[in-house]
Amino acid sequence: MIQDILTKEESLVCYRKLLLTRLAEEKIAEEYFKDEMKTPVHLGVGGEAIPVGVSHCLPPGTKSFGTYRNHALYLTLTEDTDRFFAEMYGKVTGPGKGKAGSMHLSEPAQGLVATSAVVGTTIPVAVGAALANQYRGSQEVVAVYFGDGALEEGVFWESLNFASLRKLPVLFVCEDNDIAVHTATRDRQGFSSILKTAATFECYTDGSEGFDLPEVITATRRVLGKMEKDLKPGFLRFRYFRYYEHVGPREDFDVGYRRRPSPQDWERMDPVVRFEKQLLENSVKKEELSAIRESIREKIARSVVKAKEDPFPTPDDLYKDVTA
Amino acid sequence: MKKTLSYRDGLSLATAKEMEADPSVFVFGLDVPDHKRIFGSTRGLPEKFGMRRSFGTPLSEDAMTGVALGAAISGLRPIHVHIRVDFLMLCMNQISNMVSSLRYMSGGQLKIPLVIRSVIGRGWGQSCQHSKSLQSFFAHIPGLKVLMPTTPQDAYSLLRTSIRDDNPVIFLEHRWLYDTEGEVDEEKEVPLGQACVLHEGDALTVAATSWMNVEALKAAEVLKKRGVHIEVVDVRSIAPLDETTILNSVRKTKRCIVADYDWVYCGFGAELAALIYERCFGLLKEPVVRMGFAPVPCPTTRPLENLFYPSAVHIIRTAERMLGLEPADLSGEYFYSYENKFKGPF
Repeated sequence: MIQDILTKEESLVCYRKLLLTRLAEEKIAEEYFKDEMKTPVHLGVGGEAIPVGVSHCLPPGTKSFGTYRNHALYLTLTEDTDRFFAEMYGKVTGPGKGKAGSMHLSEPAQGLVATSAVVGTTIPVAVGAALANQYRGSQEVVAVYFGDGALEEGVFWESLNFASLRKLPVLFVCEDNDIAVHTATRDRQGFSSILKTAATFECYTDGSEGFDLPEVITATRRVLGKMEKDLKPGFLRFRYFRYYEHVGPREDFDVGYRRRPSPQDWERMDPVVRFEKQLLENSVKKEELSAIRESIREKIARSVVKAKEDPFPTPDDLYKDVTA
Repeated sequence: MKKTLSYRDGLSLATAKEMEADPSVFVFGLDVPDHKRIFGSTRGLPEKFGMRRSFGTPLSEDAMTGVALGAAISGLRPIHVHIRVDFLMLCMNQISNMVSSLRYMSGGQLKIPLVIRSVIGRGWGQSCQHSKSLQSFFAHIPGLKVLMPTTPQDAYSLLRTSIRDDNPVIFLEHRWLYDTEGEVDEEKEVPLGQACVLHEGDALTVAATSWMNVEALKAAEVLKKRGVHIEVVDVRSIAPLDETTILNSVRKTKRCIVADYDWVYCGFGAELAALIYERCFGLLKEPVVRMGFAPVPCPTTRPLENLFYPSAVHIIRTAERMLGLEPADLSGEYFYSYENKFKGPF
């Protein structure tokens, strides 16, 4: 039961973060073709519960690394829609001062150290951050999120090997949507089970459906508990359904490489709807959820207006921050 | 304190000094702590600083570069060492996509104090995959500093400066330079981004990188006998580049050979030649001559290897032609031959 996993207050915080990402991405989809947001967007609709759930189990400020599909991670860790939308619109008030765009969001002061658009590239960097913790005698965990496509990159295995060899405090989180760009796992992977394969390394493995927030939290806690007792890396695999096209704010069920889920299936796999139901079944009132939804809508609307008004970087900014 | 040190000892001493001064400095890489110690350049470090700060790695160049980056942005100062630059090609994803640009992409929120040391070049029949130099690959990418120290003093001082720098530095060390000895002042600081004049002259400038400075100095010695004084400018810092020192020399001599230790085509030598043409065009008495490796993969067998690499003889003959001199008889001259210094296997 949900109350065995989360207090009511925690549940509502998680709900707020889930919904914040969902509504922010819906806003992106709504605004995108006005062509003012000139950055490729990789929407995470369907996968929001993974960063929300995993980061809920880690102390605030935990160093985290992600991919180009990073909006949920950014908004979960910062809840800062002003800076988020500023970066989407290329404004100097964004975390990358407009130089990062959607694919390279970061906010190191709040834990989001780096995200990257070349698959797998932040994995070893997270391992290096974990090495720095070990170097200083700290067991603080570093989290790194990546998709199932990264499992085919050599650097994933190199990183898992090194982290396991050195017993580093790193939590590998595979956000598995069974598709890399437009190619299904069955057409890409020559191994039958990533969990079984990863388990041959000196690490703890676990996972669950990634669209069920309580399950994500439970699996994460199980692994973190083992890591705390006897430190080795953790590897989590969460499955989810990527609702939108690989890049861009459109559905692409008509192009032939995958099928539209039935309304019942999508309802089952939609992490926001699913968690809402679970909350309502557990004595949270509909009005409470509506109030959260309303305040998030307003917050996002304000941020978009502000982002559009914010200044672009000046020509001088082109040459800034190349070196320290 | 001044003392005579080899290039390799300059490297290990610089590392030890920085590790003593700053507990966040550590050195790692494949075979860093083995009995050979990267041709001796990490000698003494595991004993003095332990395996926590001086350790070997799996053969995972790509991931280990990411690990170095992750440690650097977490406040440590890693020195990542490679026994040949050819292996650094496995690190290029991290170097070109992450290390070079993460600071920029983070809007200046991240700082990357990272040194990537690599041995370059020629040993003894090293063939295609242990012989590259590739400074132009690295220097092409904004966000990276690229150094090629030639003297033991520079190996020592520039490595110390690089470790203290808050940016990624690619530090390229020629294998043959490891055996050279010279006076090293332990207190001398050399900033990044400065060339230096190794030999003064007025007849012609040789702007050289790495081992080509040794060849250029030999050429200067030979030419001096007939009263021809050439100036040898050691570029030292490929990025950032000290344009002033190089251009001042060319403005004085009005003739220039660019002797780059790398392939000529699309190489760093082209960058230098372009710079000189752009800024000294009207002053030049002769077209700039670029010198470098033959445009082929590096062969193993000695007769072909000798043709692959430019040498002091090439510099002498080119200088004579540019100055309108008859070719001198070089039969009595002693030129560097690695058989006298270098034995196999590596």
